[in-house]
Amino acid sequence: MRLLFDRNTWQEIFGSIRKNKIRTIITIIGVLWGIFVYIAMSGAAKGMDNGFEKSFETVAMNSLFAWAQSTSKPYSGYKTGRQLQLKLGDATVLQNRIPELQYIAPRNVKGTFGSAPASITRGSKSGNYPVYGDFPVFTKIATKKIYDGGRFVNDDDIEQARKVCIIGERTQKEMFEEDEDPIGGYIRIDGIYFQVVGVHKFVQNAPFDSDSDIYIPFTTYRRLYNSGENVGWFSMAAFDDADVIQVEEDVKSVLKNIHRVDPTDERAFGTFNLGEVFSKIMGFSKGLTFISLIVGIATILAGIIGIGAILLISVKERTKELGVRRALGATPGEVRTLIILECLFLTLIAGIMGIILGALTLSIVNNATQGIDFPYTNPTVPIPLVMGAFALMLILGILIGLIPAQRAVSIRPIDALREE
Amino acid sequence: MIEIKDLHKSYKMGSNSLHVLKGINFTAEEGELVAIMGSSGSGKSTLLNILGMLDEADSGEYTLDGVPIKNLSETKAAQYRNKFLGFVFQSFNLINYKSALENVALPLYYQKVPRKERQEKALQYLERVGLKEWATHLPSELSGGQKQRVAIARAMAAEPKVLLADEPTGALDSTTSYEVMDLIQKINDEGNTILVVTHEEDIAHMCKRIVHLRDGVIVEDKKVKQVRASEYVQ
Repeated sequence: MRLLFDRNTWQEIFGSIRKNKIRTIITIIGVLWGIFVYIAMSGAAKGMDNGFEKSFETVAMNSLFAWAQSTSKPYSGYKTGRQLQLKLGDATVLQNRIPELQYIAPRNVKGTFGSAPASITRGSKSGNYPVYGDFPVFTKIATKKIYDGGRFVNDDDIEQARKVCIIGERTQKEMFEEDEDPIGGYIRIDGIYFQVVGVHKFVQNAPFDSDSDIYIPFTTYRRLYNSGENVGWFSMAAFDDADVIQVEEDVKSVLKNIHRVDPTDERAFGTFNLGEVFSKIMGFSKGLTFISLIVGIATILAGIIGIGAILLISVKERTKELGVRRALGATPGEVRTLIILECLFLTLIAGIMGIILGALTLSIVNNATQGIDFPYTNPTVPIPLVMGAFALMLILGILIGLIPAQRAVSIRPIDALREE
Repeated sequence: MIEIKDLHKSYKMGSNSLHVLKGINFTAEEGELVAIMGSSGSGKSTLLNILGMLDEADSGEYTLDGVPIKNLSETKAAQYRNKFLGFVFQSFNLINYKSALENVALPLYYQKVPRKERQEKALQYLERVGLKEWATHLPSELSGGQKQRVAIARAMAAEPKVLLADEPTGALDSTTSYEVMDLIQKINDEGNTILVVTHEEDIAHMCKRIVHLRDGVIVEDKKVKQVRASEYVQ
């Protein structure tokens, strides 16, 4: 231990390292590469992980969707192939029968799923955009970012079936002048005047979302399109601790029950479960993290073994020098410590350089991918992982150093000094 | 200073063993300058290695400055070497990536002498061998004679009881050889005990006593009139 903190010891080590430059550089590159790969890979994996998480942050992880299709089995007097229609009342039944459901938002749309979009006009400008009928609760399931000054559909809108709408960024661009404030302005949706109360920022929550979507109160939609009690689909969110897969099954069976469908009919209702998709993607990125951990550690290992091998050769090369040191009074312990500390020092220098280089690369990649549509955010390597890698290097550095050190000690000074 | 009684040493070479030292009896007083001579294979280097604790005798007694040298552990041997002995080798054996000064300071490092004191002392010894100006030079920048003088300074720096020189002039031309011997004589004049292994008659005659070895036994041990090397040095 005394040796460790002795300035003289370190001077000897620095001397030996400085004077064997090529050896030093080669050994350093080995471990540097290992730790660099480790840091860069696990950082990138973490970046992907964060990126995915960010992509999903606008939608509840445990959200699911249900829509009606047609029956594939005859049941209770109904023939097969009956077209099913979800009703507004289903929402209440679902809410009551499935306690795991936190939110349920019935939705209607005109403009996707095959129907013609609504025609929107404002003065001489016109366009065709999808129109959604929504409840305020929808924002609990999928976050809708509304630009400053605007709002989403609220309870009063529903109650009074107000003719208000929230338009998309593209709709704003195409219907309003650039310097014009759309809030408070009027547009005509299929001939009816609607006041614009908000502009939503486009976020892709579902594949059919677009930046031109117009949201109006569900009740207004019902009147406008005479949809009555009909509901296009239900957007739902289960409680955080609920098993989404189970909830999905429950929703299906409740709907089958309401609409008198054979409980074994798999095609009657379609459901889609974001939680499952999400956990698959998260599983992928977890796997990536794990693989990068394994690969990184293996590479570090290879690098350290390289150091050991090169030091072993270097000990052979320095046989005479070590013999001289022994003749001048170096004890076997001192020689062993010298070699081990050299190995350790090389490992640590290489490790620190690798960590710095890896972090630098990560930040460069992070800057390069900024603004690109690529799930890659804030690539960091958790401190415990870095520390773990460091500890691993420390231990392996000592262990590997033991081999050449033992070799150095086993050389008898007389053999080392014998004339060739 | 040195006392050897009935020293035997043999090396195993495969199935047959080679008896190198066959009962050596030898004493050297403090301040002596002894030349050990003999043809190659006579056992002179083996004797020197045993004296230098680099090798161990199979049987016999060896006492150095009153300390019995027997069954030493590697660590103990290293400490004794450091304390009692200075080595000068035929091929100098300087550490090639250390400057002359650092080479001289090395035994002091193993004596745990503080850095500053170490360097002062090393410089002092370099001055004594006339190489103070070469302190920062690497061995590769020195001539053979200069290297051997650095090696002698290194051997002396630890202030050993005995200086062991194994063919110190073996790799040098005669002029440089005499310069080195002149230095060795001067060190001896100051009262240091020195053993020189050589096979050159003229070098041996620059010592005060010549011990002849042949086939592992001492065949002759005589005092000689010392030839001063300075006579040959301008």
